Amino acid sequence: MNLGQTRHGAFNIVAALVAAFLLVFALQGVSAQDAVGTTSTQVEGTEVDLGSPEAAVALGEGLVGDEVGDTLAGQMAPTPGKGMPVDRGMTFQDQYTEIGRDALFMHDAFLVPMMAGVSLLVLGLLLWVVVRYRRREGREPSRTTHNTFVEVVWTLLPVLVLVAIAIPSISLLAKQYETPPEDAVTIKATGYQWYWGYSYPDHGDFEIISNMLSEADAVANGEPALLAVDNRMVVPANTPIRLQTTAADVIHAFAVPSLWFKLDAVPGRLNERMLIIDEPGVYYGQCSELCGARHGFMPIAVEALPRDEWEAWVLAQPGGTLGEEETAAEDDAESEADALEAGDADAADEAAEAEADAA
Amino acid sequence: MATTAEGFDNPTHADHAHDADHKPGFFARWFMSTNHKDIGTLYLIFAIFAGIIGGAMSGVMRMELAEPGIQYLGWWVEFFGGTAEENANYHMWNVFITAHGLIMVFFMVMPAMIGGFGNWFVPLMIGAPDMAFPRMNNISFWLTVAGFLSLCMSLFVEGTGANALGAGVGWTVYAPLSTTANPGPAVDFAIFALHLAGAGSILGATNFITTIFNMRAPGMTLHKMPLFVWSVLVTAFLLLLALPVLAAAITMLLTDRNFDTTFFDPAGGGDPVLYQHLFWFFGHPEVYIMILPGFGMVSQIVATFSRKPVFGYLGMAYAMVAIGVVGFVVWAHHMYTVGLDVNTKMYFTAATMVIAVPTGVKIFSWVATMWGGSLEFKSPLVWSLGFIFLFTVGGVTGVVLANGGIDDNLHDTYYVVAHFHYVLSMGAVFSLFAGFYYWFPKMSGRMHSEFLAHLHFWGFFIGVNIIFFPQHFLGMDGMPRRIPDYPQAYAFFNQISSYGYHVMAASMVVFFVNLAYAFTGGKKAADNPWGEGATTLEWTLTSPPPYHQFETLPVIEDHHDYHDHRPA
Repeated sequence: MNLGQTRHGAFNIVAALVAAFLLVFALQGVSAQDAVGTTSTQVEGTEVDLGSPEAAVALGEGLVGDEVGDTLAGQMAPTPGKGMPVDRGMTFQDQYTEIGRDALFMHDAFLVPMMAGVSLLVLGLLLWVVVRYRRREGREPSRTTHNTFVEVVWTLLPVLVLVAIAIPSISLLAKQYETPPEDAVTIKATGYQWYWGYSYPDHGDFEIISNMLSEADAVANGEPALLAVDNRMVVPANTPIRLQTTAADVIHAFAVPSLWFKLDAVPGRLNERMLIIDEPGVYYGQCSELCGARHGFMPIAVEALPRDEWEAWVLAQPGGTLGEEETAAEDDAESEADALEAGDADAADEAAEAEADAA
Repeated sequence: MATTAEGFDNPTHADHAHDADHKPGFFARWFMSTNHKDIGTLYLIFAIFAGIIGGAMSGVMRMELAEPGIQYLGWWVEFFGGTAEENANYHMWNVFITAHGLIMVFFMVMPAMIGGFGNWFVPLMIGAPDMAFPRMNNISFWLTVAGFLSLCMSLFVEGTGANALGAGVGWTVYAPLSTTANPGPAVDFAIFALHLAGAGSILGATNFITTIFNMRAPGMTLHKMPLFVWSVLVTAFLLLLALPVLAAAITMLLTDRNFDTTFFDPAGGGDPVLYQHLFWFFGHPEVYIMILPGFGMVSQIVATFSRKPVFGYLGMAYAMVAIGVVGFVVWAHHMYTVGLDVNTKMYFTAATMVIAVPTGVKIFSWVATMWGGSLEFKSPLVWSLGFIFLFTVGGVTGVVLANGGIDDNLHDTYYVVAHFHYVLSMGAVFSLFAGFYYWFPKMSGRMHSEFLAHLHFWGFFIGVNIIFFPQHFLGMDGMPRRIPDYPQAYAFFNQISSYGYHVMAASMVVFFVNLAYAFTGGKKAADNPWGEGATTLEWTLTSPPPYHQFETLPVIEDHHDYHDHRPA
């Protein structure tokens, strides 16, 4: 190897670099116009998405969807950026469960430093050998082929790093599998091609059928397109939920990123996991197992309400009751008379209906 | 080098050349081939052809995903003779993801690595005249071609209905989507494609194992084999043990589909999750099948261009064995959300992380091989450096996904897509290009342009990183895999990702220009164009090697170090 050839090699690298970058920028220029078009669309989308934040939480005040149709009346308006993907988001969505916050902490505190550390270490080592051990005139390569000490070190160090990751990882898993308490609210999500059904077996076993809204309806309702649904899965906030998943035809997966929740819905199986949502809100997700043509178009929208509003919602459903034990033991509490006393005529009607159905 | 004096015959020397270079006629040579180098060439041509098709499909998908909404799928439905309407368009998408995955795995990476480079260089590196079973070698290749044709045929027959052609099931072919929900014959054709390709691979694996165990040149003990041969040996064992499980699983799919069995149908006492266990018991070793030969190639290349023997040869060889063994007991990390119980999930989390240890040994050993060396930045080394870094990046996201509790959010999102493209589209494919530029002069007898090879590298490196790095962000923000349209929030990074495809595609044009240049104007390659660092036996032969080499076996003298295989 003579010096001339080395220079030639170096020239090759530099020339190739320059050419490659020119290529990149040329292509970027070509597609710049498209970029402008899409950006303006994004702005429009964002404007539509922005509902009034004050209207977001309280039930009844977020009635954005009157003009869309009856099914949407009474839906809570989503809070922009909460429970949904963030425009140009580069990390996880904000978490609204304890599990989610724990997992996110583990990711940020253990896994991100591990990834950055290992990647930068390897990159640094590569750059070092590339610069330091370039071929030069008169340098003889070493013939070292073994060094037991460093080999032991680079075997044991990764082991220690992995143990450090495994410990929080295993306890996170244990936490995710905590058994729901006896009085947890049971909700069964059934995947169909291509929509979701949410039934409430302990509350009259009614089933909510949840289909995706068209883009126009979603926008009119102040919701993100492809995520909005006509009938949401309505759940109580701050209450243990025994969420069960199954499917009627093929495998689907019930997934809500902002709740750190994903559980396959498998025909012939009943999967179960506890879910406790911190606060009221609307949380969106999408089917996460390939299930056929409209796999991308069977979104999930979870609407978490304060417990009392959720109970009112249950009673408003055809056949909705507040559960067998509750109807037996606390019959009076939810009876027609009590409700009338409280001046809540609607709830009274529903309670009467529910009791009639139960009978 | 005095190659003939010490018991090593170069058959092209006039006095030995009787019929060593006698080639049969065109049809007999290419269609009834029993020559490992010709079959290797056929495999490489086939892999490049399949790669163009599979790569073009990913181009269609990136085009469609460049902005929200459905833009091009209808055109493709009409192209295949259907009527564009919503469900047909969406089904077309699923057909694309299925075909892209199956083609790239079974008809691009595997044929190129094992069929192409394995066939070409295992016999050369161990000093054997050919493979142990030359005719079986031929049937392995043509079974793979038949499998590819069967997969292509599936695109033109009914999948879910008269207006929905092709198998829209994903490369994993999960039941019941692949049984009751895709009733047309397309899935049968796709399954048959896997049967044929799988049978070809099993035959190929037995061939490699027999060849490596029985046909090494005198003096070449297992612990003196070049690491590429080690990698192919481990890969062959993985193929031999994993593929029959796939064959069983997809045969059960076939009978569920056509003969009223209910292996995967709960209505008859079956279980769809059983299919997933069987598939991933094959599927996880499969990902190592796709990367281990790449490990071997990178080891050869790094040593060659550092002019140093591989550092920690034994550690490198047994790290691959360890990866192969542990690779068989981690399969359910692909199924974390399927409803595993907590102990199972804990076990698979721990077992999966173990794989990072031997992988780390390999990464560090490559660096140590270069440490103190004399590095010459020829294109194979540059591709290998790219491989080492990008494979590391893909590896660390793998450690993230290994955590069952973290995977609950990332499973089936674009994070996973980014992860496995970093280890495959960058790991496996970078090693393929590294190997290609390393051995192209040996195989063709012509030199490629180093400038174009470097240009190809930088274009490809920048392109694939633009494509796949933003997909980590999409996945963390919650974008599911395998969807043709997405909420507006994901538009920005999808657009960036699609730009990257253009860069990558442009670099592939450079690759083909380079090939054309090499075959038309390329300089004749020397027997050993890479200098004194290239010590394995293939470099002692002419470029291209004679039609039959090593008619007198080379003798490997007892050497003071591993890896230096020149006849003493």
